[in-house]
Amino acid sequence: MWTGTPLFPESASTMAGRVDALYFFLVALSVFFSLLIAGLIVFYAVKYRRRAPDSVGAEIHGGLVLELTWTIVPFLITMVIFVWGASVFFAMARPPDETLNIYVVGKQWMWKFQHLDGQREINELHVPVGRPVKLIMTSEDVIHDVFVPAFRVKADVIPGRYTNIWFQPTKPGRYHLFCAEYCGTKHSGMVGEVVVMDPSEYQTWLTGGAREGSLASAGAKLFQDLACNTCHRPDAQGRGPVLEGLFGKTITLQNGVTMTVDEAYVRESILQPAAKVAAGFQPIMPTFQGLVSEEQLLELIEYVKSLQALPQVQAR
Amino acid sequence: MPTVILPPRHYLNDGYGIASWLLTRDHKRIALLYLAAVTFFFFIGGAFAVLIRLELATPVGDLVTDATYNKLFTMHGVMMVFFFLIPVIPSVLGNFLVPIMVGAKDLAFPKLNLASWYIYMVGAAFTTYSIVTGGLDTGWTFYTPFSTVSSTSNVISAALGIFVTGFSSILTGLNFIVTIHRMRAPGMTWFRMPLFLWSTYATSLIMVLGTPVLAITILLVASERMFHFGFFDPALGGDPVLFQHLFWFYSHPAVYIMVLPAMGVISELVAAFCRKKVFGYGFVAFASLGIAVLGFLVWGHHMFVAGQSVYAALIFSILSFLVAIPSAVKVFNWTATMYKGSISWQTPMLYAIGFIGLFTIGGLTGLFLAAVGLDVHVTDTYFIVAHFHYIMVGGTIMGYLGGLHYWWPKISGRLYNEPLAKFSALVIFVGFNLTFFPQFILGYLGMPRRYHAYPPEFQVLNVLSSAGASILGVGYLIPMVYLMWSLRYGRLAGSNPWGAVGLEWTTTSPPPTENFAETPEVTWDAYEYGAPVEGHVA
Amino acid sequence: MLPEAAHHPHNPALAHQFDSLEQQTEAATLGMWVFLVTEVLFFGGLFATYAIYRAWYPTAFAAASHELDVTLGTINTVVLITSSLTMALAVHAAQLAQRKLVLLFLAGTMILGAVFLGIKGVEYYHKFVEHHVPGPGFQFEREYFRHAQLFFSLYFLMTGLHALHMVIGIGIMLVMFWWAWRGTITAEYYSPIEISGLYWHFVDIVWIFLFPLLYLIGRHGP
Repeated sequence: MWTGTPLFPESASTMAGRVDALYFFLVALSVFFSLLIAGLIVFYAVKYRRRAPDSVGAEIHGGLVLELTWTIVPFLITMVIFVWGASVFFAMARPPDETLNIYVVGKQWMWKFQHLDGQREINELHVPVGRPVKLIMTSEDVIHDVFVPAFRVKADVIPGRYTNIWFQPTKPGRYHLFCAEYCGTKHSGMVGEVVVMDPSEYQTWLTGGAREGSLASAGAKLFQDLACNTCHRPDAQGRGPVLEGLFGKTITLQNGVTMTVDEAYVRESILQPAAKVAAGFQPIMPTFQGLVSEEQLLELIEYVKSLQALPQVQAR
Repeated sequence: MPTVILPPRHYLNDGYGIASWLLTRDHKRIALLYLAAVTFFFFIGGAFAVLIRLELATPVGDLVTDATYNKLFTMHGVMMVFFFLIPVIPSVLGNFLVPIMVGAKDLAFPKLNLASWYIYMVGAAFTTYSIVTGGLDTGWTFYTPFSTVSSTSNVISAALGIFVTGFSSILTGLNFIVTIHRMRAPGMTWFRMPLFLWSTYATSLIMVLGTPVLAITILLVASERMFHFGFFDPALGGDPVLFQHLFWFYSHPAVYIMVLPAMGVISELVAAFCRKKVFGYGFVAFASLGIAVLGFLVWGHHMFVAGQSVYAALIFSILSFLVAIPSAVKVFNWTATMYKGSISWQTPMLYAIGFIGLFTIGGLTGLFLAAVGLDVHVTDTYFIVAHFHYIMVGGTIMGYLGGLHYWWPKISGRLYNEPLAKFSALVIFVGFNLTFFPQFILGYLGMPRRYHAYPPEFQVLNVLSSAGASILGVGYLIPMVYLMWSLRYGRLAGSNPWGAVGLEWTTTSPPPTENFAETPEVTWDAYEYGAPVEGHVA
Repeated sequence: MLPEAAHHPHNPALAHQFDSLEQQTEAATLGMWVFLVTEVLFFGGLFATYAIYRAWYPTAFAAASHELDVTLGTINTVVLITSSLTMALAVHAAQLAQRKLVLLFLAGTMILGAVFLGIKGVEYYHKFVEHHVPGPGFQFEREYFRHAQLFFSLYFLMTGLHALHMVIGIGIMLVMFWWAWRGTITAEYYSPIEISGLYWHFVDIVWIFLFPLLYLIGRHGP
């Protein structure tokens, strides 16, 4: 029974060591202070136990120096922990510039993973070892959460928004993936595995198996089917902004505010086009709320991302 | 030794019959009404816990269905948080002691006090109705959009039950604030008050300021569910994370409502069973206020992975570290109080020592959670479950039991069986640690909360935890037996069986209805045990 | 017992837990202030929700706000401010033990409160007829549909809660009227009128905030 009982999780990402180091420091600190306090109170309870029924304790006046000491020392210790924890968190919150992006759609009670070149997976996520991977996630219904203990990463998956996490796996293997935000009946069944493979095996896996074409190509087809191309033309003659080369740029809105064209902006522009209209354009785009699913939104986003700037750039 | 006799007239025999209890205005009787109610709901919540731990002894869901399990942990949380932990010390010990400790005949608003109990009971009735007619499965935290759009359980009736009970909390806090401000006996300055009153005052500030925000949040959830308003539904333009901000704005301070009164009890126990003044009285008093104020500023630490900005997370992190400091100061001051005390090992002191140890561990694990980079890994896992049970069970409940045993002779006029009481304290301590310590390990391993079934490699630790829970359950049942037994057969206590100092020990046991024949005039500091001053520490 | 109490006969209004009427009055006043603070926090949660959604969807909120009847809202504001005046006059009359004036002004306050509720009822009826009540029957321009519904949800919840507080306030005034009629209110013991007045003024102040936030979005002059 005891052999199959790990007491510490596997460490399988570049972040795991940093998190564990902080953890061990805090464990040591806690053991120290717990033993100190427990030791003192037991020691005093024995040494100063009441010997005569009427005896009272000594009246000892407390003083400012002692109080300040045991206020300031814990304060300094906690500030060290704060800075350490913050630095780990910054690293978690800032993915490297070049990441392998994978889209995740959570729904009660399963995980849908979309690789950019079209591979779809349910509850199992294949990734290569040694490359940073970024998961761009949304939910179709309630709040879920992607948690991979071996990588020490976790983030809520929220309907109506994109959230993301990143990790760089360091060891091939199979690792638990849990939903870590209570989401209803089969919350504890909304689990899966991250399968980390050697790069060559990953390539083999990618190219094998039935695929329906990349996300971007599916998005291209949708762009035509929904007639987006009638207003968004590459030649700046359309009633809508040119999308070629637009993704990732900073634009100015009608009200003067500047925005970066990221996944969230593209999604909002499709679902609520009047919310953030680009400067120089009329708010005439119809809304596609209810006409596209979360997965179709991802396809359209990937398509827009794939549109390169044209050689002759027209001045806008 | 002079024979102890019961006073001929006291609050328990001052009127018989059900009407004299259900229509009482006497704060002491109202305290007992609360005692009966919270004890009942504690055992309901405990029964749910037993079922949870039984289910979790095996990795697959074989005792109950997943839908039922979700209701079990939800109802366990709702019952324990709203109907036991938040009211227990203020409404039982606070109601009984606050007027006596300030030297008054009753609270400022006795009828309002009785109304608070009825409001609590109405809220409890709504919630009990929602349990027996199918239950609630949203988690005690009611996160949206699951609670507003997806759950098919009795969300509205349970939410309304909690809404109503919240007013009981608000009115009790209001009553305490006015009593402490306006009804202290002549000579009792703020800095002569026992520390239990400082803690109660700080708790009351939180009850009064925080609970209304919970009330409005619940109203938003209920109205969204009933009328499809869309405050938290992205499909209708709302933001589900806004719910979390509103909810935790109350529910974080709520945990200080749960622990501050217990800290107040510990100050009283340490003073009484070391027979000396609490070391650093002023610092302990201000630490209570500090915890109350800072406690309102840290709610975002429940949302580090919920999608708030990095900078918001860092602000909440640093504030969460700050709120730990006053608690640490209190622990150091209690420990220092024991130095050169005259320490008795009677049951209340065992609970106090247990509190200090377990609260220290629970509080230190809070540092793990305030460190954002580490919290990302352990949030929503059993690490969190272990952390808050160390504080609420290892902390609050041990503080409550210590206080209940300390003031039992005053409340009932009787002494309980001391060896049996010590034995139960030990059983509770052992059972508690066996239940919850393995959960820290489980959490770091990655076992998420609210899981009905789990990977088999987590089983051994879960079995240990469930074994501990069975011991803990027994430990809680034994005091029920000997305390009830003492009511009839216990030795008479006399007015001051502990040789303690405090206004409550100057009255008879049980006290008369009006507490004091004459309003006392206070010319002494708290905890004046009368020893010559032995030393000054710098 | 404190020495003075042995000499002075108790005012029948003195409750047993207090040593003097002065202590009782101070306690009651502090109690009402603490209660009003809880009310600020209660409405505060709603105002915070409103502030966030208005910041996110300003044009939709402005469009929805324009559908409210500013004339009726203004009349209601004047009605409520006047009722605070009559309330203050009632307190003043109570201090001077002018029983008839107390009754007159309390009645005036209640009537004005009822007028406010009546006008509110008319407004709600208009909203119902215009399909601005959130739910399956809601209708609004396509462009602002979702967020306007959010605005109206907030409108009904905020004004509805406010109206509920008004109803409770009128109930309290009825009790005060009855006490004043019976002679319980005297020059020595008028604090119930005073603290009821505090409550009434608070309910008025909530409306003073609600009115511009709900009715006057984007309605600045040229």
